[in-house]
Amino acid sequence: MESTILKNTYEINAGEFQTAGDVSANIKRKLKQIGIGGTVLRRIAVASYEAELNLIIHSHGGKLTLEMTPSSIILTSADVGPGIPDLSKAMQEGYSTASEEARDLGFGAGMGLPNMKRNADGFSIESEVGKGTTIQMRFDVKDA
Amino acid sequence: MNDKRFHSVRLDKEKCKACTNCLRRCPTEAIRVRGGRAHIIDERCIDCGECIRVCEYHAKYAQTDPLASINRFKYKIALPAPSLYGQFKQLVSPSQVLEGLLRIGFDDVYEVAEGADIVTRAIRERMRNIDRDDYPIISSACPAIVRLIRVRFPDLIPHIIDVRQPMEVAAMVAKREFCKKHDVQPEDVGCFFITPCAAKMTAIRNPIGHETSAVDGAISMLEIYGLLSSQLKKIPVDTGLAKATSHGVGWANAGGEASAVCPEHSMSVDGIENVIRVLEEIENDKLPDLVFFEGSACTGGCVGGPLTFENNYIARGVVRDLMHGCDITHPDEKVDVSYLNKYHLLLDKSITANKAMRLDDDIVEAMRKIEQMEEITARLPGYDCGSCGSPTCKTFAEDIVRGFATEMDCIHILKEKLKVMAQQMVELAKTTRE
Repeated sequence: MESTILKNTYEINAGEFQTAGDVSANIKRKLKQIGIGGTVLRRIAVASYEAELNLIIHSHGGKLTLEMTPSSIILTSADVGPGIPDLSKAMQEGYSTASEEARDLGFGAGMGLPNMKRNADGFSIESEVGKGTTIQMRFDVKDA
Repeated sequence: MNDKRFHSVRLDKEKCKACTNCLRRCPTEAIRVRGGRAHIIDERCIDCGECIRVCEYHAKYAQTDPLASINRFKYKIALPAPSLYGQFKQLVSPSQVLEGLLRIGFDDVYEVAEGADIVTRAIRERMRNIDRDDYPIISSACPAIVRLIRVRFPDLIPHIIDVRQPMEVAAMVAKREFCKKHDVQPEDVGCFFITPCAAKMTAIRNPIGHETSAVDGAISMLEIYGLLSSQLKKIPVDTGLAKATSHGVGWANAGGEASAVCPEHSMSVDGIENVIRVLEEIENDKLPDLVFFEGSACTGGCVGGPLTFENNYIARGVVRDLMHGCDITHPDEKVDVSYLNKYHLLLDKSITANKAMRLDDDIVEAMRKIEQMEEITARLPGYDCGSCGSPTCKTFAEDIVRGFATEMDCIHILKEKLKVMAQQMVELAKTTRE
């Protein structure tokens, strides 16, 4: 494993729509300051926004962690529940369990997880009902 | 004329009170207050003019060419921005303004609104060859927005349409037609843009996307407002000089370009903070159906420029009324296709990212600096008071890491430190007495 140069953890509370997007905006600002640009920046921006929104909409709260190594950016979303009963279903485009409230706000198109997977260079998801979900995404920045 | 370091937005050191009003309003964090006055960081400044608008002491100003400078040329052509028409409440037709410009010393006039007609057609032709994957297409008309993208949204640069702005096109056409008609040499003809803003002045002296500008200078609307309005009273209502369509004239207002170029699936955003918010959305792929994006740094569009005289809401209304009296033919029909080949309408240099926001050329070093900034920020009070001279605590931390400030520049940290030192002195005094 390459050494981590920077690690930031952001707490994200369930249902806090009014601050939705703040954490991913903060991450984007940092990435620009270190000189990550082009499509990699856009892919991370999209994925981190989806991850942040997922934590707000679906989880009981959790953390989004940004790690930087010389060759990659790693985003980890870890929540404390409720967990996803059927992962393969959740990974399908258009499948959503978003609440009425979230849908009213324009979320819940069922693109969150598929979007994260599509934009990341490496993607893993683990979930246990009653415990929580952990998603890890890797973005290669070598040629950024 | 091409000067890479040129900025129209300047500071009058004498007038600056170091008040920090401009600090927070700068969209690229390009201002610092140090040593009792503001400083503009040239590499970051996009010449949007926000600081000119907020400075109560008028210490920020836009450097433009004085009216007398037109006499450098034997023949002088005025290129009025369509927003100029919005400055005069009693106006019945743009023709009056054009006649007025002739009376104050110009030999000819060419409406930038006509340039906008040509640009409208050129963009629409160009859009046919742009792949859907490259949507949204971003307007190149507001030079402050193009510069904003270079500094803060470099990944969106490929979305900027590679067609020159109406002012450039107007200058090319005006000069060539004048030379042909009067059989004179191009070097004897000077084209002067009547500008509502500082950004256009910078775009003339330091163009982005092409090597040199076809425009020879920019005269501030404020400078000629008085002269023109006294002339207008004596001018008959229709002199027949105005030729631009209502679509071209509409470019003066926010939304005018978008409705001429791409009436469906387009968006017009005005006010630089609003533009930033929507560009963030575009960057996050949140507007997948958007085809064309028009952004204006100024509220209301060009009529809200910092060098305009009239309130932008009033000017917008004036322009809208004038549009009703103009030719309503769409530029697709009005502008002959030959223009697209006869003139050099496209940008010929790629727009490059401005790296002024980067912490270091070396990515690993930059990551380390982010880490240091986090540590420093955690110690700062988070008031964003500006007393240190940086716009926010975050930028202050950045300035420390870059070596331009020290933690003791924060008066709150200094106060804490002094409190501890005072305590230590009291204790020291006690122990020495015993």
